[in-house]
Amino acid sequence: MYSKGFKPLAAATVVALATAMALVFFYAPLDADQGFVQKIFYVHVPMAIVSLCGFVAGGIMAILYLRSGDSSWDMRSYVAIHISIILGVGVLATGAIWARASWGHWWVWDEPVLVSFLVVVLLYCVYYPLRFSIEDPERQARYSSVFAIAAGAFVPLNFAAVRMAEAYTHPRVLSQTGGNLPGEMRLTFLVSLLAMALLFVTLWKLELISKHASMQLKRLRKRLDARVAA
Amino acid sequence: MIGAAGTILRKDLRLELRTKESVPAMTLFTLTVYVLFHFGLDRDSLDGELASGVLWVTLLLAAVIGVSRLFAAEREQGGIDGLLLAPVDRTSLFLAKSAALFLFLVAVEVVALPAFGLLLLGPGLGGALPELLAILVLGDLGIAAVGALVAALAAETRARELIAPLLLLPLLVPVLIACAQATEPLLRQTQGPEDLGRWLGLLTLYDVVFVLLSVAVFDYLLED
Amino acid sequence: MPALPLDEAGKYVAGAYVVFLTLVVVYVAILGAKIARIDRELTELASEDDE
Repeated sequence: MYSKGFKPLAAATVVALATAMALVFFYAPLDADQGFVQKIFYVHVPMAIVSLCGFVAGGIMAILYLRSGDSSWDMRSYVAIHISIILGVGVLATGAIWARASWGHWWVWDEPVLVSFLVVVLLYCVYYPLRFSIEDPERQARYSSVFAIAAGAFVPLNFAAVRMAEAYTHPRVLSQTGGNLPGEMRLTFLVSLLAMALLFVTLWKLELISKHASMQLKRLRKRLDARVAA
Repeated sequence: MIGAAGTILRKDLRLELRTKESVPAMTLFTLTVYVLFHFGLDRDSLDGELASGVLWVTLLLAAVIGVSRLFAAEREQGGIDGLLLAPVDRTSLFLAKSAALFLFLVAVEVVALPAFGLLLLGPGLGGALPELLAILVLGDLGIAAVGALVAALAAETRARELIAPLLLLPLLVPVLIACAQATEPLLRQTQGPEDLGRWLGLLTLYDVVFVLLSVAVFDYLLED
Repeated sequence: MPALPLDEAGKYVAGAYVVFLTLVVVYVAILGAKIARIDRELTELASEDDE
């Protein structure tokens, strides 16, 4: 069900990633203020954007599950959230490295992306204990979906609130994600963003393929055992 | 639907008045935490952002206690099944429970706010009271809506008492940000609201989103 | 803080990209192993069925 079109997708992802890296290191100009360290921006920010979109997408898929009762939507929602959490951890790690290189500290409270992600990752970490402490599979899917929807709505609100607060206490000195990027930087950023998005979809499909296959295997085995017993 | 919600709410309020399980505990907790902050921060009086922060963080923590008790009566008496057998739609249940939590929070604040003014606050409370009340109402609304949702979400899990706070507190970060930022200029030595509009706007948006979301989604919870 | 000299900055930039690539590679490796195991069990099951 999910393996359709996977190989070309994976190939496109590899090409996009390679192109993005090449652009980052050989095409994009050096930033006047931050120097070479600014290159981290091309991996940190796309990861953040794709992760946030992934959380929202997980919420939308959860809505589709609740409305249709089709458990494949729940599986899609779970995998989207799962990958977004991993990317979220990556955002925190790359953000910390960027903070250390730019300001000398492994953590700064001035960066709204970093701070929002700390809250978001803390929230979504509860997804696993919530999900796996409910044994009945239908109820597990239902409650996880409610969480996914609430958390998905929360993510943009949280980002807005943190940004508003930072604007007060720490006026934004660094506006890297704004529209004031010079042409070459903007192209590099967009290609990096595209590569990250393709990567997300590829990994998402890959995990769905794996889960689907594992489910079919279980079903087959059960049927075989039943036939042998008969 | 409003009628059914009203009935459940009346039952919950009557139960609370009789057993006095949630509100006194939440209030006592709040006062105790004020004392802890006095010792922890080693300060006799707070003002501005420190005061605002202590006030709101304490309120959020008290809300956690309220949330964990929100469906306790139903659980202990096996009442949830009874509620569900009756032709009550989940929306009424949500409205009743969040209204109850809202009223509990208000009851706590009636005591906690003057206590805060007495124990920890340097400048007086009276200066910007109407603005403070507006912030409290909108903040409590958000806490009540999300609190009821989280209480229901955590109701069926085995690790209920652990999961509810871990879910509730991050979800309330925007409320904390808006309320703390809005309250801060009201608690300074020279009082007066600043940019109150934008924080109240954020709170209103948050409240609208989560009330609508919870109403839409509550039907899928607590089913059996 | 003034911009770091290129050699020092290089370490941090490399670190960030290594973190990213490690996450991806580890994830793909775990999934690859899972799929390989499923494949193996599937062939086992097919041979059981033939018996």
